[in-house]
Amino acid sequence: MMPSPGLEMRAERHHAMAVDGEQWLHMYRQMLRIRRFEEQVNELYMSAKMPGLAHLYIGQEAVAVGVCEALRRDDYITSTHRGHGHCLAKGASMDRMFAELLGKAPGYNRGKGGSMHIADPDTGNLGANAIVAGAVGIATGAAFSAKMRGTDQVAVCFFGEGALGQGVLYEVMNMASLWKLPVIYVCENNLYTEYTPYQEVLAGEILDRPRAFGIHAEAVDGQDVRAVYFAARRLVERARAGEGPAFLLCQTYRYYGHHVGDIDRSYYRPREEEEFWKKERDPIRLLGTWLLQERLADERILEAIAREVQAEVEAALAFALNAPYPIPDEVAQHVYADKAEP
Amino acid sequence: MSTLTKRNPEGASADRVITMAEAIREALAEEMRRDPQVFIIGEDVAEAGTPFKVLKGLVEEFGPQRVIDAPISEAGFTGIAVGAAMTGMRPVVDIMFGDFLTLAMDQIVNQAAKVHYMSGGRWRAPIVIRATMGATLRKAAQHSQSLHAWFAHIPGLKVVLPSTPYDAKGLLKTAIRDDNPVLFFENKAMYSTRGYVPAEEYTIPFGVADIKREGRDLTIVATSRMVQVALEAAERLAELGIEAEVVDPRTLVPLDRKTLIESAKKTGRVLVLDEGHQSYGVTAELAAAITEGAFYYLDAPVVRLGAMDVPIPFSPPLEDLTVPDPEKVVAAAKALCGRA
Repeated sequence: MMPSPGLEMRAERHHAMAVDGEQWLHMYRQMLRIRRFEEQVNELYMSAKMPGLAHLYIGQEAVAVGVCEALRRDDYITSTHRGHGHCLAKGASMDRMFAELLGKAPGYNRGKGGSMHIADPDTGNLGANAIVAGAVGIATGAAFSAKMRGTDQVAVCFFGEGALGQGVLYEVMNMASLWKLPVIYVCENNLYTEYTPYQEVLAGEILDRPRAFGIHAEAVDGQDVRAVYFAARRLVERARAGEGPAFLLCQTYRYYGHHVGDIDRSYYRPREEEEFWKKERDPIRLLGTWLLQERLADERILEAIAREVQAEVEAALAFALNAPYPIPDEVAQHVYADKAEP
Repeated sequence: MSTLTKRNPEGASADRVITMAEAIREALAEEMRRDPQVFIIGEDVAEAGTPFKVLKGLVEEFGPQRVIDAPISEAGFTGIAVGAAMTGMRPVVDIMFGDFLTLAMDQIVNQAAKVHYMSGGRWRAPIVIRATMGATLRKAAQHSQSLHAWFAHIPGLKVVLPSTPYDAKGLLKTAIRDDNPVLFFENKAMYSTRGYVPAEEYTIPFGVADIKREGRDLTIVATSRMVQVALEAAERLAELGIEAEVVDPRTLVPLDRKTLIESAKKTGRVLVLDEGHQSYGVTAELAAAITEGAFYYLDAPVVRLGAMDVPIPFSPPLEDLTVPDPEKVVAAAKALCGRA
């Protein structure tokens, strides 16, 4: 899948950079996959083909991709109501994602979870969670379990700055610090707590909060996937080595509304602000420009990636649209786990 | 407290009498020896062994890595237990007073109860939440509630209410081996209650009611400490020539409807007894289940006795009015049998 002519040319000249170059191109592709997937989700919603609602991640792709690229497949993540990006970045495939969003049987969770609850043990995804800060205990518990079981897995807990208002976050950060758990709290500050500018509902400095528990905390430009990746890699290595939890604040921006139906946003943020972020701070464009500048890719390679991603979206969507709904008997399945179940 | 008799499994020794607290401790210790994934987390569970001393000695045997003192953060450590359970461990969470379950409701109701279903069966959360319940100990409104009905209302949770040391031990071992979140309610007024518990290992399956006393004139369905209240009332009723059958469902979820309905069909008169508030509570559900299953066999409407619909007051003479006692049960049973 990875287009390679440009890379090979580059590799001959800078062998040490070639590995990195490939990885940056992979991150470019991952961000684009999230972007195109979500644009398609928006279209499905707007054309009334998708039931329920969805919270789009567009604009924040560098956070999910930069962090998940620093993880192993068997590391854990927990995600949020705005979770499609985290799931894809951790290795989910688009066809089963679309199927889940449409409530179809081949969805990751047999259509029972939907947009806000995608979970996939195969990629270490403990689940997206529709309660703000609802998964902070689960992520911390997965880290607790990894430590108890003596594995070197780490857990990443994604949440938005809105979760800073929930007390349970401080309860688990206290225990994570106390017990030196391999968990990384990734706070995505997209500036809006649903429909409210975060400064209106948040006192003090965000980083002071984890630091009060003795948790290593730092901030990073969440639109710069390279910066996110380097920071995440350091914090993951640190956690894996038994040095305890960390808090990574990613400054980012949500292009769309709180959810797909949040069209008129003028009462809480100006259109010029949205335009500025899209034009000047777009994570995909920022990385693309850098790849071209560094001659790690040329236009032809980026266009090829775009074509391939578009084809992937179309095939995945067709799969999901044609997939069957679960049969009625499934409604009463999986209420309780049975020993005999797989 | 009276010594509770119990039919023993075949071949088991019948002469060992221990307290409810000891039975629970034995169940935990045996399961922790059997399965290294089992651990205990909660407030003051290690050296303190809880304020009720139920866990006394466990930290000495299993160490602080498996008997873990947590901060006073019910939501936090219950959430951590959910995540640990999903990733291979079998946590037993200690909620010192059942009233504090309110602080962990999101973790129990929105997370633990739903993760298996929401994930289409792909994750599971084998977690036991032990919590106390029960009034009459002069602990007032925030340390006396019996909130088990709330959890029985939530699909995905199992709810266990032992009424004897024998049942407590066998049911707790089953709870720890179950792959689902289980709420295990211990009546704190019963920790020193003594009863026969065989030395041999045994478990008790969920969803199997136990007939604690056989009788022909009326059925008293009772849970937790109310089973003891019912048995005491039954002795007094026997002196009046009324033979009461006492049926203990033992688990509310899953519920053994069949045994309740069969007893109701046999006696034709049913009194349902539970320590939760009467309105919208366990007595209502059990009465409905019996009425639906045995309507044409009933000689009278099913009668319910729950806790009064008031917060539990501190003042002893007031508190004692709030929960069913043998006198109230005898009076209700006599009225039900036309002997008032």
